[in-house]
Amino acid sequence: VVLNDDYDGTFALRDAVTFVKSENVDSSFTALAISSEPEVKNNKHQFECFPYREILYETIRNTFFHVPMWFVMTALLFFSMIGSIIYLTSGNKKWEMVAHHGVVVGLLFGTCGYLTGLVWAKYTWYIGATWGDVLKKLLLEDVKMAAALVAIFFYFGYIILRGAIDDVAKRARITSMYNIFAFALFIMCAFVFPRLTDSMHPGNGGNPAFSKYDLDSTLRMFFYPAVIGWILLGFWIFSILMRMQFIKQKQEG
Amino acid sequence: MKKYISLVIMMVTALAASAQGVSASNNSIMTRDLKIYTAIAVLAIVLSCIFIFLFYIEKRLTQLEAGQKR
Repeated sequence: VVLNDDYDGTFALRDAVTFVKSENVDSSFTALAISSEPEVKNNKHQFECFPYREILYETIRNTFFHVPMWFVMTALLFFSMIGSIIYLTSGNKKWEMVAHHGVVVGLLFGTCGYLTGLVWAKYTWYIGATWGDVLKKLLLEDVKMAAALVAIFFYFGYIILRGAIDDVAKRARITSMYNIFAFALFIMCAFVFPRLTDSMHPGNGGNPAFSKYDLDSTLRMFFYPAVIGWILLGFWIFSILMRMQFIKQKQEG
Repeated sequence: MKKYISLVIMMVTALAASAQGVSASNNSIMTRDLKIYTAIAVLAIVLSCIFIFLFYIEKRLTQLEAGQKR
């Protein structure tokens, strides 16, 4: 069913009508069909109304959490890579600490972003009833999800590598080099590979991103402040970790 | 005093107008079943805990830094 109105816009619901054989009609099914009739939400004259899209429905609010968390992760990992480059050129240990804590906080937000994405995918993409089915489908068949997980694992590798080397100077040099390559691989896995093939994730494999259909002016009013807020929160946590490290170093003399 | 009274009247009028607009068409599952309030409450609690914890650490760090300077 496609509803179209000049004022309310267009809303499509592909499962609004179900054809069943007359001998198999169930009275309870009829009641269900009536209760699930599509609602067309108007976002032109209602401040609170978001784009009411098929598949996403009310879960579109997750855009304010899942997407900004990945923005924070990308920003912090980029900052961390810059810290590693500056450390390798200047030898100032402070920048190696910047790189390390950038990765730690970036991983925290990345993991949260991945988990919110998993939950979102389970309830909107209809890819399985159990978590086992969902994970199997996503990790084995969807390039974006698998590549994003690989990208996160690169940085878990960074943390493990850093903990495995005892010599401080050697550890700083090796992990800084690793961090630069890890960021390049992260960009390839998270943003390049998924665009080369099909993916259910918006903005990849020919699927439209939010900016084209769903991110209307009402949603933007909340989305952009949310992005700024999450990035500030990420850098605040990062600065707290850095200050704790400085205090610890001063106490140790 | 008249200014404040007129300001209050204007604010109340505006609120009533907004409320009418919301109740007329905003009848989605989230608002109709009041699920949106549960979602907002859970989010508010989680985010409040995170911010309270961060402000607490921030305060302690500021004290420690001041102590180290002295």
